[in-house]
Amino acid sequence: MTNLIIILLSAVFINNYVLSRFLGICPFLGVSKKLNSATGMSLAVIFVMLIATAVTWPIQTYLLVPNKLEYLQTIVFILVIAALVQLVEIVLKRYVPSLHKSLGVYLPLITTNCAVLGVTILNIDEGYTFIEAMVNSLGSGLGFFLAMVMFSGVRSTMEGSDIPKSFRGLPATLIAASITSLSFMGFSGIIENLFA
Amino acid sequence: MLEAILTAVIPVVIIGVICAAVLVIASKLMAVKEDERFPAVRECLPGANCGACGFAGCDGYAKALCENPDTPTNLCVPGADAVSKQLSEILGVEFADVIEQVAVVHCYGDCEKTQDKVEYQGIESCAAAKLMYGGKGSCIYGCLGLGDCMKVCPQEAIYIKGGIAHVNPADCIGCGLCTKTCPNKLITLIPDVKTTVVTCSNKDKGAVTRKVCSNGCIGCKKCEKVCQHDAIKVVDNVAVIDYDKCVGCGECVKNCTTKCIKELDLKGAHRF
Repeated sequence: MTNLIIILLSAVFINNYVLSRFLGICPFLGVSKKLNSATGMSLAVIFVMLIATAVTWPIQTYLLVPNKLEYLQTIVFILVIAALVQLVEIVLKRYVPSLHKSLGVYLPLITTNCAVLGVTILNIDEGYTFIEAMVNSLGSGLGFFLAMVMFSGVRSTMEGSDIPKSFRGLPATLIAASITSLSFMGFSGIIENLFA
Repeated sequence: MLEAILTAVIPVVIIGVICAAVLVIASKLMAVKEDERFPAVRECLPGANCGACGFAGCDGYAKALCENPDTPTNLCVPGADAVSKQLSEILGVEFADVIEQVAVVHCYGDCEKTQDKVEYQGIESCAAAKLMYGGKGSCIYGCLGLGDCMKVCPQEAIYIKGGIAHVNPADCIGCGLCTKTCPNKLITLIPDVKTTVVTCSNKDKGAVTRKVCSNGCIGCKKCEKVCQHDAIKVVDNVAVIDYDKCVGCGECVKNCTTKCIKELDLKGAHRF
């Protein structure tokens, strides 16, 4: 149990997908302008990360490894994740139209999100069991959520501030992103020692 | 060699085929019926996504038109009559005339008519300037002149001249984005066939208004008296025209004490 909590907290704070591993930067910069859309995107990412892990972990363990096809991991995972997201979209559209509407365009966008592919591959590389992998995915999703919500706050503050003209827009955003990610460096080493 | 390739290719192909089959079956089983008129309706709309219709962009309006037959077809102000006509043809309802609207700034207190009470060196934004004692100008109701409206205008129809915002009616599409942006709520949309405009929004008593701006409405109610059509009323010390009643006779313009009621040509180049 302690093990699972460590995995969860490290995924959220220390190995934060956006701020430490630099995966999923595209939505991080693209969709963080408004808190609403940042939340919607993050919830969709959490959801997709969980189901993607739930499907790719068994594929890796029971299909690729026994047949010595580990080198096909990337292509198979992309294929499965893309199909899965499409399937989820169809199902949501039919049965939960309200959720489909609120996730909107973000759901199909996630198909090609490297954070989702990253979490499935890293789950395998770390040698997690199925439960551990699921917990890690949840943590990674929550970490993404945290980073998005925090950064949308940073950006709304930036919007009202007087920035030199040449820095306005993307340059200032990138600098703010790097400072935000620096702040997460402060977490390293804390979680393990909490439970040591 | 061939065996190695096949063992790699075959599983991937199988997974791909399974995924494809699942998706095809799912999309057939769980198909959501989309209104076949939707693409045609969406095609008619100008695609400016300005929100003048009150829906979330052109897609939202098109959807509402298809799903709810009671949705009026004349809500697209930028598209004007042409769009309304096309919409009514596709949806098979009666043509409804669009009232073309133009944005008007209800302030004429430019640099000659008002004075600056402070020097403002903050952020170049009306919303920010308003927070500092209601802006730099002597009139706290007037145009702040920092161009928040100019920045949101999708048609670049607004320009700042003499420290206040002006709308160029020929470029204005009547989307109303500026009316929502102005922190002093100085801009309103009025039908472009009208010509009479009160160019002041100062709600202070006449003497106070007079002190801060030579163009200000002092609330003397002279216009109320001369209006034959009961179309102009002084509310909160400022004249307001009811455009449903105004016929544009120009009596109020002639008789206005401070000449703050003006005759303007608002005919737009309607549009798209």
